[in-house]
Amino acid sequence: MPLDYVLRRFAVFVVVVWAAATLNFLLPKTTGVDPVSQKLMQEATRGGYIQQGMTQMMQVYREKFGLDKPLWQQYLTYMNDLIHLDFNYSISQYPKKVIEIIRDSIWWTIGLLLSTTILEFLLGSLAGALMAWPKSPKWLGYIFTPFLTLSAVPYYLLGLVLVYIFGFQLRWLPMFGGYTPGTFIGLDPRSLLDIASHALLPALSLILSAIGFWALGMRSMMVTVQGEDYMILAEAKGLKDNTLLYKYALRNAILPQVTSLAIALGYVVSGAVLVEVVFAYPGIGNLLYLAIRNMDYFVIQGIVMLIIFAIATTTLILDLALPLLDPRITYKGAS
Amino acid sequence: MKPDVLDVKDLKVYYHTPRGAVKAVDGVSFQLFAEERLGLVGESGSGKTTSAMALLRMIKAPGKIEGGEIWLEGADQVLARHGGKNGNGQYAKGGKVNLQTLTDEQMVSLRLSAIALIAQGSMNSLNPVMRIRDQIADGYQDHGYKLTKQELKERTADLLNRVGLRPSVADMYPHELSGGMKLRVCIAIAISLSPKVILADEPTSALDVVVQRQVMETLRRVQEELGASVLLVGHDMGLMAQAVDRLGVMYAGKMAEVSPVHDIFTKPLHPYAQLLIASLPSLDVKGEFKGIPGLPPSLLEDIPGCPFAPRCPYKMERCEVEKPILKEVAPNRHVACFLVEGAK
Amino acid sequence: MADVVALSGTATDYAVKKDTWGNVRRYLRRNPSLLVGMFLLFCLLAFWLVGSAVYDTSRAAALSVPDTVHPPSAEYPLGTDRIGRDIMAVMIQGTMLTLRIGLIAGILGVSVGTIVAFLGGYYRGWFDTLLKGIVDVGLTIPGMLILIIIAVNIKDQGLTVDQMGLVVAIYSWLWPARTIRSQVLTMRERTWVEVARLSGVSGPEIIFKEILPNLMPYMLASLVGSVSSAILASIGLETLGLGPMAAPTLGMTIYWVIFYSAMLRGYYWWWMPPIAIIVVLFVGLFMVSMGLDELANPRLRRGV
Repeated sequence: MPLDYVLRRFAVFVVVVWAAATLNFLLPKTTGVDPVSQKLMQEATRGGYIQQGMTQMMQVYREKFGLDKPLWQQYLTYMNDLIHLDFNYSISQYPKKVIEIIRDSIWWTIGLLLSTTILEFLLGSLAGALMAWPKSPKWLGYIFTPFLTLSAVPYYLLGLVLVYIFGFQLRWLPMFGGYTPGTFIGLDPRSLLDIASHALLPALSLILSAIGFWALGMRSMMVTVQGEDYMILAEAKGLKDNTLLYKYALRNAILPQVTSLAIALGYVVSGAVLVEVVFAYPGIGNLLYLAIRNMDYFVIQGIVMLIIFAIATTTLILDLALPLLDPRITYKGAS
Repeated sequence: MKPDVLDVKDLKVYYHTPRGAVKAVDGVSFQLFAEERLGLVGESGSGKTTSAMALLRMIKAPGKIEGGEIWLEGADQVLARHGGKNGNGQYAKGGKVNLQTLTDEQMVSLRLSAIALIAQGSMNSLNPVMRIRDQIADGYQDHGYKLTKQELKERTADLLNRVGLRPSVADMYPHELSGGMKLRVCIAIAISLSPKVILADEPTSALDVVVQRQVMETLRRVQEELGASVLLVGHDMGLMAQAVDRLGVMYAGKMAEVSPVHDIFTKPLHPYAQLLIASLPSLDVKGEFKGIPGLPPSLLEDIPGCPFAPRCPYKMERCEVEKPILKEVAPNRHVACFLVEGAK
Repeated sequence: MADVVALSGTATDYAVKKDTWGNVRRYLRRNPSLLVGMFLLFCLLAFWLVGSAVYDTSRAAALSVPDTVHPPSAEYPLGTDRIGRDIMAVMIQGTMLTLRIGLIAGILGVSVGTIVAFLGGYYRGWFDTLLKGIVDVGLTIPGMLILIIIAVNIKDQGLTVDQMGLVVAIYSWLWPARTIRSQVLTMRERTWVEVARLSGVSGPEIIFKEILPNLMPYMLASLVGSVSSAILASIGLETLGLGPMAAPTLGMTIYWVIFYSAMLRGYYWWWMPPIAIIVVLFVGLFMVSMGLDELANPRLRRGV
């Protein structure tokens, strides 16, 4: 793999992360929103605190959060902290650090996202490919078409409906949470079953909604591929149908599909965020929602930065993996 | 006269569009003799590529082979060798099989092993994500040849050598090769199972003349080594003059004339062929370019009489109402024209 | 030359009949997606138009109804919700408002995207490099997050529906910019454009006369996609509580539904209508974009 390709991809990665971080930092400054006073105001209206002593409180908090220093100094501290993954303190759960709060929740989200994305990508792509293949059974198309339409509906709304049917009406599956409240989670079968049953609905709403999207994309790639000249020669060689499908058509159609996976990562993550909110699933999506509700500014910032970082990293990995799939890329260079 | 390897009788291929049936190939007959090279020329839309693809039964919807017989010599042996049942069709003299009577599966087993294709656009005819050796190997695999890795390697090296390529090409990907090299690979694939008929559909259209000549030389050499016959489809008259023994001229889905190539160029019989030859620029005589006035007819409608009649300078009354049939008006000269028939 | 035309009957054969309306009808019949999609969207539009003419939509404002959380009755056909709104009124208003946000963001997004795409894709140079950089970086960061950051910061200044549209537009121009730019790049190398360039036709003229007409179906498909994702983004933001809090949009309704756990309490009349409308809206947009896809890419026609 040529060096300039790797360097270029890496440069994009660095720029993305830096841009996001800076945006994250500058925005509140430009809008004149001061997270601390915001929060204190909110607390005041809620708890009915008296106004006196408010200004002293704000001053103390300001110092604590380093908000009284000049802008450029704040920026440098901010960047330095970021590199150390220090997202400052949580305002609402002070003195807990943001990173601690995130750490508790992140595994739930990773588990949910990883499994659903892999499943929906693979199943959807295979289904889409088969739907575009003239020699596939007809019933495949009939079964799958409703999924295609389903993909138009936002993930979390599907989630709401599923919760209602399976959770509320039928009472087959739990309606919210990651595990039965009040219990301990270990690696024993009971816990695992509990986790799985709680994860089923959120996972289903993600998979069912997205599988149509991948199928659709793959289907149109397959249509394009089948029009290519090499398919004509391959058929003229009298190759078996399976060979044509897998080694010639699918193998070429999967390349742009993987590229669109890299692009769609953002949607996947934001979809998961909202699904967690609907199901009160204890991942970082739900955390984000609560932080917005509580105006816990630093938690919001921290989560957003983390997500951006994760996506940028995954995109980088996928970009570097692409030449392995498509031998043409190494030589042409990124276009 | 050598025996014929391919005997096409009255082939009809129609494309069914919402506006009606387009008669791309309308009653075309010709023979391909053993070890000969037959060219098929015509304007775009004359039906030459469609005819060639019909031989492989690779006409896609909305096209359909509507009629005719395609007799292939030696097909039964190939079918038997690859485990397919013998054609349940009629056997004519010499053990030929009518391809139209075979099942789709049997046709698939005949492709590459009995009839091979060197496709138009060989630039893009190779799978971009597979190495050359794999693309040669899958032909063997899918036709039931059980070869060890070593055997495959040797055969591949031998094939590449025969088309003038280094064995190291086997490990490369298509995008690493030049246009001429890719075409040679396509030829190597086409001869890999030693077919008796090779179809070449405008294989050299994207190449410069120097490479073109070299590759056509290579094709001629491998053809002679194999003892195979070549059907060369195209519209480059200059190429045809050098590359084929006999030439068939098609017009509006019908065969106008089939004659030895030298005869067609020096003394063409069919008026269309005459105008075609006359329109070729010559290095000796300088003058204005001559075209053929008018346009080819729409293939949607049923054409009463000869399709060339509207543009023919020798048109007779008979030509507008009766359809001329391809007849042998002189030894080895077949023409579909009332004028020529009458004169002989 | 006249005898050439007379000799061959093909000139008249190939003339397309001037029956454009018939052509449109015939096409719609072959492209059911487009037809069904347009029909669904039309139904929603009709719902709003008829509804706002016939029904008292002032009751979509909070605390306008005395009894809270009433199941459907004669007076309130879709019942009421916890913050004192007449749900039927909310649906009527919400449909329009949500569509409006989508349209503002979508149209703005495609317009801005197209303009920069043409400027960058056709003229190349430093502008193009800059554009490509911004778009690439911008698209890597999930739009949702950008919008969340922005929305969180301006939340307390009170967001109106139109401002919401502008906020979403900040992101929605990126995708059209990228796709249209790559189309412009391809078109630019086509022979007929080169011919025009060599004939001395000016840049803007080439853009408007040669490239733009060819990209029309593509841009139309882009517009539908843009509106669709804008609505998706706006509903997402609203569900999180980052939208115009006081407005009776569909997304905000979902927010309140979650806030007050309407699901758990079985207030089906509160959460079913917005979801139903959203589903119809998205399915409609989806089918229209499928249909337009077919129009823009003829290889997809007549099914596979």
